[in-house]
Amino acid sequence: MGTGLLGVLMERQGRAATTSASSTRDPASDEPDGRRQEPLRRRSNSASAPAVGDSALTEEVRRDRPGSYSGTTSVSRQRVETLRKKRPLFPWFGLDIGGTLVKLVYFEPKDITAEEEEEEVESLKSIRKYLTSNVAYGSTGIRDVHLELKDLTLCGRKGNLHFIRFPTHDMPAFIQMGRDKNFSSLHTVFCATGGGAYKFEQDFLTIGDLQLCKLDELDCLIKGILYIDSVGFNGRSQCYYFENPADSENCQKLPFYLKNPYPLLLVNIGSGVSILAVYSKDNYKRVTGTSLGGGTFFGLCCLLTGCTTFEEALEMASRGDSTKVDKLVRDIYGGDYERFGLPGWAVASSFGNMMSKEKREAASKEDLARATLITITNNIGSIARMCALNEGYFGAVGALLELLKIP
Amino acid sequence: MAECGARGSGSSGDSLDKSITLPPDEIFRNLENAKRFAIDIGGSLTKLAYYSTVQHKVARVRSFDLSGQDVAEQDRESPYEISVQEEVTARLHFVKFENTYIEACLDFIKDHLVNTETKVIPATGGGNIPHEAFAYQKDADPEFRFQTNHPHIFPYLLVNIGSGVSIVKVETEDRFEWVGGSSIGGGTFWGLGALLTKTKKFDELLHLASRGQHANVDMLVQDIYGGAHQTLGLSGNLIASSFGKSATADQEFSQEDMAKSLLHMISNDIGQLACLYAKLHGLDRVYFGGFFIRGHPVTMRTITYSINFFSKGEVQALFLRHEGYLGAIGAFLKGAEQDNPNQYSWGENYAGSSGLRSASPELCPTQRARSGTFDLLEMDRLERPLVNLPLLLDPSSYVPDTVDLTDDAQAREHWLTCFEEALDGVVKRAVASQPGSVDAAERAEKFRHKYWDKLQTLRHQPFAYGTLTVRSLLDTREHCLNEFNFPDPYSKVKQKENGAALRCFQRVVGALDALGWEERQLALVTGLLAGNVFDWGAKAVADVLESDPHFGFTEAKRKLEERPWLVDCYDRWLRRLKGPPHKCALIFADNSGVDVILGVFPFVRALLSRGTEVILACNSGPALNDVTYSESLIVAEHIAAMDPVVHAALREERLLLMQTGASSPCLDLSRLDEGLASLVRERGTDLVVIEGMGRAVHTNYEAALRCECLKLAVIKNAWLAERLGGRLFSVIFKYEVPAEVPAE
Repeated sequence: MGTGLLGVLMERQGRAATTSASSTRDPASDEPDGRRQEPLRRRSNSASAPAVGDSALTEEVRRDRPGSYSGTTSVSRQRVETLRKKRPLFPWFGLDIGGTLVKLVYFEPKDITAEEEEEEVESLKSIRKYLTSNVAYGSTGIRDVHLELKDLTLCGRKGNLHFIRFPTHDMPAFIQMGRDKNFSSLHTVFCATGGGAYKFEQDFLTIGDLQLCKLDELDCLIKGILYIDSVGFNGRSQCYYFENPADSENCQKLPFYLKNPYPLLLVNIGSGVSILAVYSKDNYKRVTGTSLGGGTFFGLCCLLTGCTTFEEALEMASRGDSTKVDKLVRDIYGGDYERFGLPGWAVASSFGNMMSKEKREAASKEDLARATLITITNNIGSIARMCALNEGYFGAVGALLELLKIP
Repeated sequence: MAECGARGSGSSGDSLDKSITLPPDEIFRNLENAKRFAIDIGGSLTKLAYYSTVQHKVARVRSFDLSGQDVAEQDRESPYEISVQEEVTARLHFVKFENTYIEACLDFIKDHLVNTETKVIPATGGGNIPHEAFAYQKDADPEFRFQTNHPHIFPYLLVNIGSGVSIVKVETEDRFEWVGGSSIGGGTFWGLGALLTKTKKFDELLHLASRGQHANVDMLVQDIYGGAHQTLGLSGNLIASSFGKSATADQEFSQEDMAKSLLHMISNDIGQLACLYAKLHGLDRVYFGGFFIRGHPVTMRTITYSINFFSKGEVQALFLRHEGYLGAIGAFLKGAEQDNPNQYSWGENYAGSSGLRSASPELCPTQRARSGTFDLLEMDRLERPLVNLPLLLDPSSYVPDTVDLTDDAQAREHWLTCFEEALDGVVKRAVASQPGSVDAAERAEKFRHKYWDKLQTLRHQPFAYGTLTVRSLLDTREHCLNEFNFPDPYSKVKQKENGAALRCFQRVVGALDALGWEERQLALVTGLLAGNVFDWGAKAVADVLESDPHFGFTEAKRKLEERPWLVDCYDRWLRRLKGPPHKCALIFADNSGVDVILGVFPFVRALLSRGTEVILACNSGPALNDVTYSESLIVAEHIAAMDPVVHAALREERLLLMQTGASSPCLDLSRLDEGLASLVRERGTDLVVIEGMGRAVHTNYEAALRCECLKLAVIKNAWLAERLGGRLFSVIFKYEVPAEVPAE
């Protein structure tokens, strides 16, 4: 659902959703405690998802009802409350367990005093060393070195923020590693969000002897984005957009500064897509979502091309030609369809050429990957645009409208 | 542009692709008479529209020239002569088929098309009013619920799902605007489906999908949350990520499951966009059309589900029986410059149109082979424009039919069986009506086959031709009879009966006049009812009449149920008659012969004597033994010759004979001849009399009018009588007075 490939997809694909955030760059407002529970959790969406029928979709779902936080978590919450008064013990982790990927954020303190280092237990050192000296973990874990945020001040400590990811299906191995490295002896709090925080809670407890502090993924998402934007990206802006996206020669990635970001529409593209309308830093609602997301792109690419990794799928897509796969307006009308103001190059039917045997045979795997990417991104853009119009954010999705003009 | 999905693929479907499974002359009917021809070759389907003239036989009645003939000649059995003439009417044909067949079809078309102006029409448009629309409800009985054709349909959103998706906002019949679209449409389902599975044909992909389990391929909420979704109040079955589970190299997925996942993905996406557009434009009705829908219950279901889900029930998903033709009909009618389309009304020819498809294609393979490949719609141009009866209380909520047989399975079974059993008799009657014809028997057999097939289709798919009603069954039979040149199988029977009844007229009227006032009123009503027992359309009576042709009027009266009748408002009617006379009565007559001559005319005569003007409305064209307008003219002429009251009334235009515009044993008060409607208005009609089972029971039983109304019928069907709580020959005498007569 809302969790997932956001950062990865954005960076590699080079296409931005509107991830704008607070422009308040006042350092005094920094240092939010990432674990603090906001007392106010406003969700104006109300509909529960229908339970009938075997067809199902991601849609507005209520998750802040009483009972969401069960007995075991209220214990964790108390711990959070007490920890707030005192700085938490290292290591500092944040975990987002999505449908496809697990995202792990690790804060590496760089201001450790000699005294501290002496007191540090061996397992803590070993974890720090393991995480910071490697860029890959096992066969599937990857540290996105290019995303690393350096010289950050967090909760009074200076250090670097590391971004690590691995596939969700390797979660059992991760928990096993936690057990092997004796995480539980560190008395750290594992704050986790995403659906997996629920799905794997019991495994963490029974196998790793670790108590998860489960947090709502949309709350975390908004908080994380606002924070990341406020600290900037190693001196650069976190939020950017593409100028002239339709023109490969003049396409430029430009920083986007928002003086007053609200209201904004947040399109979170994970395995699926969640679309949130954010009115202020603690007031938002989930407007809608779609099941056609990163997981669909990757899943279809696997089936169509036999690729095995997300990177591979994106790489293939970058080399393909989707016009061999898609039926364009000009394929039907011979040129522009002026009556509806549709240019000839617009896609009339995604995968429409694949109805024909000859054209199926002429399309390469790269072409299919490209068409899949275009199909999914155009669709997300289209839905986001409609949501923005319906929410009345005519201006806020200007960047997204540009996205729709992919050649 | 032609795409041959399976060419050379070695699949078993090859032979199907290469040849048209039906004789092309059954598909491109009447092509050689095409006056205008349009072809729209879309991304995957080809649509043809042509306007042709159809020559068919009609029965005409004409009075004998009585001058210079002696009285003895006038006493002969026939009051008039019948001739069969050729008549030419206009018909619109719409055919659509997959592009795979285009070469074979174009060859055929080229060979048969002569002297025709051909043009390519853009078929994506808002077009005409969508006629029969229906909503889909899963697991409901019936699954298809038809909306009645009410005029307040604007504005609405039209979502046409062809290769891609076009979203059109339709504000009026000719004001519409393309507001958006999506590239994820039928072509995506087909194209991706062909890549993911071994199935290369659209219909087969849908069939494949109907057998799959999408949860094996899609990542559901419960896959991400584990069992926690319940405590979190999430529906675990929601799709979090379409194809999310297929993102793995080491697993094989079944073709059925992938097709199902694909179908859900596309239907949901279209439904979501449609809702977003509907919301943006403030519309609560969305009509879906295009080949992706084309009567496929599986896509209708997923789209409906998606719309309900995304709009939380605020937007209704509607489908059109002739959805694929909307654009073509609109464009074609608009293109018919020399004939202003607004001048005419069109009626569907059930004999030539193919039906909706079944949810289970295995049920009826032959039917499927036909309509699955070629979809046909024919519309006949009616001679005169049809309008609402101005006296309807609420035209927008008027539904002519009393029982929706798509809704009522028990009634459906009964009536289908009833029509099946009556078929032999109809065939016999048809052959007997054309004694001089060499091929009558052959044509009658063709008729039998065609109608039998339609009945069988309806047994499996009650929704196949839209709302299924007794009226549609009757009308379809008439259309099929016409199709095989049996324009009026009852013409001779009617002629004979009219002659016999006319000879009794004076005796009956004399007897009535001899009665006291109060006695006479009851006798007039029972006469009207007894006349109605004579009805060749009802099997029970047909049996009696076949075996005993001298079954008389008096006999009929004796057969009638004793008062109190099953529905008996007679006392109120009698009280009303003691009051001031009505200004003008509109009477819808039923059968020829005894019914109209000995039942209706004496009643008309009594009304005239009270000072009430009378409009007598009869069918424009033949249907069963119903009296037609032209027959009524001759009958009236004969009666006028015998009766001074009728004579004077005709001369002074206090008695007016009009045609209804219909050729049906039933009555649709929302489609009446324009001339009749304006006369009803002009004369200030304040009483409507509807007579007969077809007009007052199968239809209009519940119809609410703005004026007083009599609904009279004898129930000549044991099953129906029992259902209504009565028995065979039970009497319906319904006298309705509107609660408050609203000012016009």
